[in-house]
Amino acid sequence: MGLEEKLPSGVVLTSVEKLAGYMRKSSLWPATFGLACCAIEMMAAGAGRYDLARFGMEVFRASPRQADLMIVAGRVSNKMAPVLRQIYDQMAAPKWVIAMGACASSGGMFNNYAIVQGVDHIVPVDIYLPGCPPRPEMLMDAILKLHENIGDAKLGSNRERVIREVEAAALAAKPTIQITGLLS
Amino acid sequence: MSESKGSFGVAGSGDTSGYSGLVRTKVTPGSSERPFGGYFDEVADELERAFPEFGAAIEKVVIDRNELTLYVKRDHLRAVALTLRNTESLRFEMCMGVNGVHYPDEKDRELHAVYELLSLTHNRRVRLEVALPDSDPHLPSLVEVWGGVNWHERETFDMFGIIFDGHPGLTRILMPDDWQGHPQRKDYPLGGIPVEYKGATIPPPSERRTYR
Repeated sequence: MGLEEKLPSGVVLTSVEKLAGYMRKSSLWPATFGLACCAIEMMAAGAGRYDLARFGMEVFRASPRQADLMIVAGRVSNKMAPVLRQIYDQMAAPKWVIAMGACASSGGMFNNYAIVQGVDHIVPVDIYLPGCPPRPEMLMDAILKLHENIGDAKLGSNRERVIREVEAAALAAKPTIQITGLLS
Repeated sequence: MSESKGSFGVAGSGDTSGYSGLVRTKVTPGSSERPFGGYFDEVADELERAFPEFGAAIEKVVIDRNELTLYVKRDHLRAVALTLRNTESLRFEMCMGVNGVHYPDEKDRELHAVYELLSLTHNRRVRLEVALPDSDPHLPSLVEVWGGVNWHERETFDMFGIIFDGHPGLTRILMPDDWQGHPQRKDYPLGGIPVEYKGATIPPPSERRTYR
């Protein structure tokens, strides 16, 4: 096309998207955001036995400005909700959110006045991780799936197209209440 | 004394809780007579000696499950607390906290505040209980007597709506500042949303059960 021909031979050319995706997914730094018992599993995942350092994400940043990933580990109370949103807003883009455990995903067993029924009411969630609490292996599985997503992420106009497609698919999807049967 | 049947407020054939045959009697312990046993007599005697208005201030003395509870009238609460702390033979230096209780059926005694006291000098424990009407939920603050009850009084205010007069900063501590109502009262709704499953909706717990 043009650029490839001018490069010296031996240079492996890959798309900018793939390069950026590889960089981003390989040093994903989580924000310290433990709220309840899921945080214990999250800490276990970060410690020696499960060792998130293997994926370049052992540093849980205390400052949201240095973090890319927010792992919402636990139930979010109505009083905590504005705090969580502020921390999310303080994180520099690009940023991702994992709703860890049943409570962060849907309110879990706390169906009452005090608890936010799913953290997606407050921040956009990339991965919902079930479990009460999920084991560190499950958290790592969610993180690796998120890594795959980030690695394949599009840039520029491609990204806008993907966002439009996802939005349209979500709007066209059948609400849960209208779905019948176990697996459909 | 009252009797309750079943559990979770379910009645009739719809009761799948497995507790339909359960019958429980609830007994509120009445006033105890001397001798109280253990160190309780000594505490009562010393308080009576140091606090001449004992008869007017203490509604009743209850010994239940080997624990001593003094029911105090709220006008005398602060004086009783000071006496319990300062008298050498009593020396209740610590207040472990303030609890609130809501008895919606007790007319003009709907709200109770419960103080757990501990004497490190004598290794003794005493419980003070104050009853107050829902229409006038005011209590004197004991922050100046025991500084540690500051946050406990805020929590009791937050959860039960008991107003502690003289507290240095009586604001909500657990719920958001603009919250309406006091969640630990019996008549406060549990809230929650109906949960949608595939082809079915489960109403929130407060509509399926009543908690007592």
